[in-house]
Amino acid sequence: MTADELRARLAEARDGGAPGRFVEAIPFARFLGLSVEARGDELVTTMRYDPKLVGNPSVPALHGGTMGGLLESAAIFALLLAPETTGMPRIINITVDYLRSARPIDTHAAAVITKQGRRVTTVQAHAWQEDRQKPVASAHLHFLVQEG
Amino acid sequence: MTDPDRPFDRERAMSVMASAFRNLVPYNAALDLEALDADRGLAVMRLPWRADLVGDPVREILHGGAITALMDACSGASVFFAMNEAVPIATLDLRIDYLRPAEPRKAVIARAECFKIGKNVAFTRAIAFHEDASDPIASAAGTFMLATKGDTVMRRGGA
Repeated sequence: MTADELRARLAEARDGGAPGRFVEAIPFARFLGLSVEARGDELVTTMRYDPKLVGNPSVPALHGGTMGGLLESAAIFALLLAPETTGMPRIINITVDYLRSARPIDTHAAAVITKQGRRVTTVQAHAWQEDRQKPVASAHLHFLVQEG
Repeated sequence: MTDPDRPFDRERAMSVMASAFRNLVPYNAALDLEALDADRGLAVMRLPWRADLVGDPVREILHGGAITALMDACSGASVFFAMNEAVPIATLDLRIDYLRPAEPRKAVIARAECFKIGKNVAFTRAIAFHEDASDPIASAAGTFMLATKGDTVMRRGGA
């Protein structure tokens, strides 16, 4: 895929009010089984439970790596919704806090852009399962804003 | 928990990592994680490049989320290899810094070290690179809670 093709696909999804189509442009988001929907003025990303996402079958608990992938993806989707984002955001760093064991059920995540700078954007993301008041993981991320 | 006088059984550690991590941890198997090396408090693992793990379809590089999983699994393994008796662990936090862009269509190797193991918490650092460990693409710092609930795949896999 060329950069222009990607930009066109992302812009089409954003401007057409179909953020769920962001997932189609990112192979790893499909691998994780993610879907995205707008709820009010935020995007909620859902990672559908699949047995391949399990990390410890004896608990059983989802793999910590799936939480990192979900939180980073939710942050990227929040950035892709912003009109200033033209290409795929480039991650500088991510810090994941694991708050509770993630059970083998669907997991949701949402992200908030806390600071949109000229070169760097700061994002906070949270993941939860049945009760949003009991997050299973959260993350703090920095992305490089792409030029052009 | 660590007995420095006891020799490290590398062969057993490698077999535990290969069987436990690949066969008993479904997500590690889904990512095709491969155990490359082990020593006391040290683990080395490889994440192959695969089209379905790509994050940026233009640059064809692995998604950060796949590298996070590699760093988490490898760092966790280094904690197990710092213990004399395997107890269940859980990641408390993990920070990953991306030092330079990953290269297209290339596998990533992680090398993790558990440099301190306390009564409750273990501390790790890791780097990720393509071929040359002196030119890393990412670094990580992690903390792990020890003796959490559930059984450890390392014990069950450690035939």
